[in-house]
Amino acid sequence: MTAVLELTNLHVTFGNTVSAVRGISLEVNRGETHCLVGESGCGKSVTALAIMGLLARGAHRTADVLRFHDFDLTRLSERGMARLRGDKLAMIFQEPMTSLNPAYTIGSQMAEVLERHRGVSRAKALDRAAELLGRVGITAPGMRLKQYPHQLSGGLRQRVMISMALMCDPELLIADEPTTALDVTVQAQILRLLQTLQRELGLALLLITHDLGIVARMADRVSVMYAGEVVESASSDALFAAPTHPYTRGLLRCIPVPGSVRRDEPLGSIPGTVPRIAPDFAGCAFRDRCAHAMPDCARDVPRQAAGIGHEYLCRLPPSWPLSEAA
Amino acid sequence: MTYAVELRNVRRVFRARAGVMATERVVRAVDGVSFAMHVGDVLGIVGESGCGKSTLARLILGLLPASAGDVLVDGRSLASMDRRERARLIQPVFQDPFSSLNPRQRIRDIVGLPLAAQGNVSAAQQRDRVMDMLARVGISPDMADRLPAQLSGGQRQRVAIARALVLRPRIVVCDEPTSALDVSVQAQILNLLAELRRDLGLTYLFISHNLAVVEHIATEVAVMYLGRFVEQAPVDALFREPRHPYTRALLASVLTPEPGKGIPDVGLGETYPDPANIPPGCRFHPRCPLVVERCRSEAPEGIVRDGRLTECLLV
Repeated sequence: MTAVLELTNLHVTFGNTVSAVRGISLEVNRGETHCLVGESGCGKSVTALAIMGLLARGAHRTADVLRFHDFDLTRLSERGMARLRGDKLAMIFQEPMTSLNPAYTIGSQMAEVLERHRGVSRAKALDRAAELLGRVGITAPGMRLKQYPHQLSGGLRQRVMISMALMCDPELLIADEPTTALDVTVQAQILRLLQTLQRELGLALLLITHDLGIVARMADRVSVMYAGEVVESASSDALFAAPTHPYTRGLLRCIPVPGSVRRDEPLGSIPGTVPRIAPDFAGCAFRDRCAHAMPDCARDVPRQAAGIGHEYLCRLPPSWPLSEAA
Repeated sequence: MTYAVELRNVRRVFRARAGVMATERVVRAVDGVSFAMHVGDVLGIVGESGCGKSTLARLILGLLPASAGDVLVDGRSLASMDRRERARLIQPVFQDPFSSLNPRQRIRDIVGLPLAAQGNVSAAQQRDRVMDMLARVGISPDMADRLPAQLSGGQRQRVAIARALVLRPRIVVCDEPTSALDVSVQAQILNLLAELRRDLGLTYLFISHNLAVVEHIATEVAVMYLGRFVEQAPVDALFREPRHPYTRALLASVLTPEPGKGIPDVGLGETYPDPANIPPGCRFHPRCPLVVERCRSEAPEGIVRDGRLTECLLV
């Protein structure tokens, strides 16, 4: 099976000072959810924007392979890219408040997608919009189409964003922190909806999040990002059963899980903060925060296999004691 | 015995007009909250956005006057204290360490300001107490002359905590203190808050939308819905046996990192709460999966059983 999205050795730099993405590779297959997880500043959103061709001016993107279906995105013109975006390649952003235009009705914004890409009439496009709003669990879609974004709650707006992304039957959906701005109860509803739609429509879903709880519940495959690199990638089951990179292990111990840590005991934590990486940086970016750092870590770090389809970027052997503190 | 914080049927109403001709919207942000906290308790307050958590925090800090009811801190009415006295007793830590620190002041001046405002501390004493407090929260002395922009989010939140504690208050109101931080940094700050409470004998009011965080730090939890406490219980009891249907839905929404469990169906439907339009009867009834006819007309009274409060007709 060929992947819907394939990227190899993607780099994004901003000027000569910041290297935001440093050689990441990943694939997303049809019907699969691939989670890109990491803390703020790790380059996960920049990766999404690089795929969509939406990087800010001044950013420089290179890749050995950046392929969506039969399209080589590194060679596609801006016009060709604009034709793909919102059609077979769709994206949902974190802030449903700011990604809808406040001056147009929901119906007009949704219909525009189909009018533009498929050249259908406004009436037909509105029918499709109403159908999709119903599909994402909005009652009385006819009324909602006539409303403006400010008349809708955050959860409803995010449902509108999702249905708008689905207008042209996309094959790849990139969702960048789609529930971060929402309440927990609404978050669960939106994620459940995404999961259902993804299964029914066979979507390839690239889900970007900082929340390992969401990753565990949604992902088929996971790529853990740190300072612009994928430091560990594995199937979701393998990653949570045997996290191998010291950063992944540290991150998992930071999460409070009801009933798992005694209240008078401290949570695990990772000292320090994510470094800013310049283009000439060498070695492991995590070494300043890692309890296992050695002088060798300042040189090139090997990418090793911890199992089938399970890789990590560290010089420690795959079997280093799982119980050991990072 | 004196409670650290006591609220007696506190209400706060906001009136807003969308335009000159528009009808007035009356928002009952806090709609009759009563509780009492012992010294050393950590009361976690959870609820969705718009439920009145932050308004409650501002009422307890004295930043907003109550429309009705009494707020007592250390056994005395907050309304009867002047600002300096209040500041010595109770201090805030806010969510966003990017906007809650003056960007043009050095760290040492930010932390020293509460002392300077008291007006009875010498410059030498102020310097010593600031440096002592910075050391306690894990900020190295060489950072004291930096500006907030030169610090990371976690370091800024440590500075905000140092500023809150420099007057040695008894009570700290933490309003979403870790929500703007990454998980690895969140854990550092939670550990620091727990350590400071133990060492300094503090009482916390801890507001968060993250139930897992509250479970970790709180001794008692209150669940707030449209301006009222619909359930309040010791933390273990609440997580072991949630009684209110809303509490159950909230707990079901916590996504722990356990693969294979999938995304739960919280069963709350599509309606969202609007504090300007509180439903008659039980305020939760439009979303409640267990709703019966009575709930639509009859407002539940809070029932106290085994030291737990629940406000639901079915419990």
